[in-house]
Formats: sequence, structure tokens, C-alpha cells
Amino acid sequence: MPWVTRGLSDGIVTTRYPRRPDGYGDGFRGAVRTVDPSGGDAEEAAAVAAVCPTGAIHVDRAGVRLDRGRCILCGRCVAERPDRFAFDPSPEVAGLTRASLVVGADGPGDASELAEARAALARRVRALRRSVHIRHVDAGSDGAAEWEVNALVNPLYDVHRLGIFFTASPRHADLLLVTGVGTAAMVEPLQRTFEAMPEPRVVLAAGTDATSGGLVHPTYATGGGVGDVLPVDVWVPGSPPSPFSLLHGILLGLGLLDDRRRAAGGTSSGGPR
Amino acid sequence: MSDAQAHAVGTGDTDPGRSAVPTTSSGPGPTSASAQVVVAATDLAATVADQVEAGGRFAGLVATARPDGATTLQALLVRAKDVAVISAALPPGAEHYPSLTPTVPAADWYEREVHDLFGIVADGHPGLDPLVLPLPHGTVRPRPGGPGGPGRVLHPDTAPLPAEVAGEGLFTIPYGPVRSGVFETIEYLVETFGEDIPSLRTRVHYKHRGIDCRFGALGLDDAVLLAERVEGTASVAHAAAFSCAIEQLAGVTVPRPAQLLRVAHAELERIVNHLDSMVRHCEGAGQAVANARLSTHKERLLQLRSRLCGHRFGRGVVVPGGVSGPPSWPVDTTLSDLERLERAVRSDVGALMVTPSFLDRLRKTGPLPPQVVAEHGAVGPVGRGSGLAADVRADRPANPYRTLGFEVAVARDGDALARQHVRVTEVRQSFHLVRQALDELGEELPALRARPGTSQHAAAGHGPGHEWWTPAVPGDGIAVGAVEAPQGELLYLVEVAGGRLARVKPRCASFHNLALFPAAFQGDIFTDFVFIEASFGLSPAGAAG
Repeated sequence: MPWVTRGLSDGIVTTRYPRRPDGYGDGFRGAVRTVDPSGGDAEEAAAVAAVCPTGAIHVDRAGVRLDRGRCILCGRCVAERPDRFAFDPSPEVAGLTRASLVVGADGPGDASELAEARAALARRVRALRRSVHIRHVDAGSDGAAEWEVNALVNPLYDVHRLGIFFTASPRHADLLLVTGVGTAAMVEPLQRTFEAMPEPRVVLAAGTDATSGGLVHPTYATGGGVGDVLPVDVWVPGSPPSPFSLLHGILLGLGLLDDRRRAAGGTSSGGPR
Repeated sequence: MSDAQAHAVGTGDTDPGRSAVPTTSSGPGPTSASAQVVVAATDLAATVADQVEAGGRFAGLVATARPDGATTLQALLVRAKDVAVISAALPPGAEHYPSLTPTVPAADWYEREVHDLFGIVADGHPGLDPLVLPLPHGTVRPRPGGPGGPGRVLHPDTAPLPAEVAGEGLFTIPYGPVRSGVFETIEYLVETFGEDIPSLRTRVHYKHRGIDCRFGALGLDDAVLLAERVEGTASVAHAAAFSCAIEQLAGVTVPRPAQLLRVAHAELERIVNHLDSMVRHCEGAGQAVANARLSTHKERLLQLRSRLCGHRFGRGVVVPGGVSGPPSWPVDTTLSDLERLERAVRSDVGALMVTPSFLDRLRKTGPLPPQVVAEHGAVGPVGRGSGLAADVRADRPANPYRTLGFEVAVARDGDALARQHVRVTEVRQSFHLVRQALDELGEELPALRARPGTSQHAAAGHGPGHEWWTPAVPGDGIAVGAVEAPQGELLYLVEVAGGRLARVKPRCASFHNLALFPAAFQGDIFTDFVFIEASFGLSPAGAAG
């Protein structure tokens, strides 16, 4: 079979996300959520918090809080404390403030702060809504995150259909997508890339490593994520962040998520289930 | 004798069961028994050279700081049946030893790494330039294995490299650290007249994360999670190699079902990595349809892996002593999904391998002569593409590879096409191995055929006493875990002292093979770069540490 017919042989394989939910939910670990966020006595609090290898779980009198920005999805809390934690199959985990990644008791951070961040970002990115060019920089990832970023252009996700493109030059880029823990040696290249970009520009921290340093931090060579180096607008947890999580984060950062769903007559909540 | 030496001798000699060949094989697949020899630092170069002369393959040099300020140097030599660890102690304050590189050129990068991390100088080394951590002179060094580490961020010296060659019309292109496209960070310093590339140097330090020191700060349970993140595209291989070393020290055998599940995940990992290399080839050669098709297959395989264990890269599956639990997707459904994918991959790869405009870009590109590869002891598809038939799965076969049957894929031409041929054969073999492993699992444990969440599936069980893992509590000592990662042979040197991890050193194929990268540019031009890089199939994360 020649390549041209081969290319047509499977029909359309592309997801319709975000206009329609996607079926990719089976067994997928999008994030961890708290089942029972009530607090406990000091002993119980220490026992629950000690389960997590990256210190993502914090327990006090107010209750259990889980910082998805620190969670590497190892699943230990779900395995050992199913009474308190469970996997959430939705990959829509991105947040516009660091505090909004904390789930559990007290809800997802300060609502007014989040609304303010959303409004400020929306004002800035208004010009970028129809065509967005992304420059990716690896600041010390484990290599898996680059695969997931690259996956966005494969036929199953095909972000070109949404007007999203990758560019080699920071001069053409609107969105800086950073993976990795933020190594000491990458601080300068990161800043130079950011400064080379025209305004308005959006910074997306992709993955738990880029958000908080994950399990790799702290060492003599790492910063705790890229938040200290760049003004991050969108945080996408995940170890590595899945393509759907990345896509959700990009659309969230550009304020396109709700529009796309309204256009399709869908709702603004609910993930690609 | 220093403490360090006493320690190294102790691990070899005190346990009667572990004298010359101290450990037995267990684990996911190939594991290695490790023999330990202690020599004086002044004799290290000669001893290693003798071992290489006798047919051993130099596979790395690791340094470990001791609490008293001494340092142990450990050379890894892969022999016919085991991995020998040749140790030499440097007393506190000693910063020199005779270099191995003049007699064993493959030691070049390792001695540079030891210099970066420890400040220890290999006397006689031809060029001890910074590689993984360029620190200004006089800076405190991290010294992995020692107490604590520097306790603060060390700022590397990022000055550009001076030009190496001179001539009219010659210019220098620093390709990286931020590269054109979505790539891992690495810097290639290309010196060129426009087409020919007379000099190419690699710097990996931009991604250096201090993994070695981080291992020292983690407990046994967490260390396997870090191993999965050393080289994220080979998470299963890393977890398996680390676990394999722990299992040797604990003297436990992995239950057969867990071995089979490890093989299934490891071979799926190999398939997606090899497909990734092919996708990058297609991208470079402008094969748009093949690129789209193969990247679709790769994505579907990642989705299949996530159904099988909840993670697209197989993280959380392998734990010391076995696997974390039964597959979370019915074996039968997985097998039929896999069969469909295998047919599609085979058809598209078959078409690609008869497409002249693709083959022409790979043929005679990035040639690595057999003698260069043999002298360096290149591993993985890079070595096998140049006739070096080394594969941990066949050389030191442990269960279940021994029973599943497996033949090493070798090609002779040494060019990018030969490496592609190796990958094509290995993808076919890996599909076969996954099928065999899952078939046997389904036969032994019919409950795995049921859908998760049903009572039959629950009967497949979790935890000790069941089929999935045995508790692995390592005794004190040194062990080398080995598996064949998609990039090539992966070794984990693990030392346990007083019940805690005194040193964990992953020896990634990416580090070992990357040293050979400039050698592949003989007579090649700048536009061949993408093919040479993709045909090496390495991960800068693994190389930078």
C-alpha cells in the first residue's frame, strides 16, 4: 500500500477534546484527590503525612490538604490510605496560581486570588487567542516530559487544529513551556529565552518537577521548580504531565477552555472522560 | 588499611556465600553476579588494563566518598559471566591517582565525571575538561556517598568553550542548550566550514541534577521512585536494575509472575523507545505519513501501558522484590489490543524499510567502525549496529529471558541504517516477548483474564505470600544490578551499609554511548546530524546525572 492511502486508512483518529470529552479515562491516573479531608489527632496527622515521599500531604486540625504541585503520582497514599486518598481520572489538573493546586480541606486555595489571576491573564493574552506559538525549554527534566510535549502534535492530539504551534525561535513565541526541576546551569538560558520573547507572553510550568522540584529536589544542582526564575502563569502538575494535562493547561492559560466548550454547547466542567 | 578498603574487603570476604562470585541471579531479567577485587590506587590502571586484555569490557568508573574523608574508586568490568568491581582506596586528602584513560580510552568520560564531582585528578588523562559539573576552581565538590553533600546550590561556570580547530572560513555553532524544537537540553559545539564537521564536542552539564547525592538522602522505599526518574523514558529498566541490585543483597528471588510482568513492561518500554527513534528519523527524512503513523502507534502503546498499570511510562510497577501488584487490565484484552498494534507497526515499519527516500538518508550516515565500537565497548543498538553482539538479556540471562528464548539482533554496517535494522528486529522480538509473558501469566493465573474490579480479579491478590513480591531487606554489601534498557546495558552499583543506601550509582547507556557520538561524524555533513542523533537514541537526562 502506498503511503498516501496508508495515511487515509484509519480515518480520523484525533480527539475532539476540548469540545467533546475524550474516552481516555480507563485506569488513567490524572491526579490524587482527598476522599476524607477531615483532620485527626497528632498521631494520625503524622501517620498520614509520612506516607508521601515528596511531602505533598499536609495534615493539621483543619484537615488533610494535598499539594498536587508536589505530588509525583506514585500512588503510595492511595495504596496505603484508601480511606483518605483516591485517584482522580481527570487529567484537568492545571491551575493559574500555585495555591490552586492544593486540594482537600479548605478547598482549592483563595478564590478571589484565583479570579484576580484569571482576569489579569485574560487581559494580557487577548491578542493570542487564535494563533499561539510555543517555545519549549527543558530545564532539567527526566526526558519523559519531552515525549509528552511532543505527543501534542501527533494525530491523536493534533494541537494544530486549535491554532497551537511549536516554534524554534523565542522571538516568534507567545508561550514559554518549561519542563524540569530548574537546574542551576539552566537559570541563565531560561531567562535569556524569556527575555527574547515579545510581549505579551505566557509562562507554563509543565510537570511536578517544574512546579516544585518533585522527588529530585533538593540537591546542590536544582532549584525547587522554575517559579523562582520565571513569572509562571500556568502550573501543570504531573510526573510527567500527560498530553491532555498539558493541553488543558495551555488552553486554560490562554482563556480558551470555556469558549471552546460554549461553542460546542458543552459545559465548562468535566474532563476528557 | 583505611576504613574504605576494609569495608570493600569486608563485603567480599566476610560472607561465606559471597566469596568470589558473591551473589546469585534473581530479578526481572538479566541480573549479574558481582565479584570484587581490591587493589592499591596506583595499581588500578594496570589491573583494569589486564582485565580488558583478558576479554573484560570496561563499563564504568565510580567514586564513592567515605564518612572519614577517604574515597573509593570502583571500576566496573563486564566479564563473560559477571560484573567485576575493582576497588581502590584513596586516603583522606589524596586527590591524585594514575589515569586509566591512556590504556583504556573508554574511561575518558568517567574520569572527567569523577573529577567534576570529587575534585580528584587522574594523572596522565589527556584532557580533564568539565563534563557534568563545571565548577570554578577551588569550589567545594559534592562528593556523593559522603555525609550530606554541599548543602547549598553550586553555581556552574557556564563560559562558552574555546574553539578547538582553526582555519579560514571555519565557524562555531553552539547547538544548544536551548535547541530548535522540543528536545532535551544538551549542548553540541559544532565546528564546521559549512558542511564538513571537523570537530564536535558535547556538554551535558546543563541538565545535571545531582541525582547521585539525592539517592544518598533517600530511604530504600523512595530510592526506587527516584531511579524511575533518572532517565524517564526508561523508567521500568531503571527500577528493575536498582531492584535487581537490592534483591541480590537481600538474597531473594522474584516470584515468577512478577518476573513475567516485569518483562512485559520492560519490552513495551523498548518498543516505544525504538518507535521514538524511528519517528525522529521519519521527521528528519520528511516522511510525513510514516511520521504520523508511527507516532500514533507510539501514543497507543503509551495508552496501553497506562491501562496496564495506571502510568504511561510504567512507573510504580517494579519494586524491590517483585512488582507492586497485578496488571490493572485484563490480560486477554491487552493481548488482543497488542496484536492489533503489532500488525499495524509491522506493516508500517515494513513499508518504511523499502522506501528509498527514507533509506537513502540513513545509509552510510554516522558510520561507526567495528574496531571503534569494540574498543569503547559501546552498548545497546549502537554497539549491536556495528557487530558487537552484547545484550544483557542474552549474555547473562536470568529468568524469565532464559526460558522465553531470545536472540541478539546484530547488524554489521555500523551506520544509522544498521542501527535502525537492529531496532526493527528488536521491536519484533519485544512484541513476541510481551505476548509470551502475558500468555503465561494468563495461563498460570486465570483470574487475570477477568476485568479489574470483579471478584475473580481480586482473587489475583496483593502482597507477600502472593505471587507479586517477596519482601527484600538488603544486607550490607555491594551489588551490581544489570538490565538491558532500550538505550543499552544499564548498570546500578548499589552499596548498602548499616541498612541504609551508602551509594547508588546508575551507569546509563546514554552516558557511555554519548562519548562515542563525535566518532560517528567522520565524513558526515551538518544535515546528517538529526539522523546520527536519532540513531543513537540516547537520553541526555541519563547522561547528565
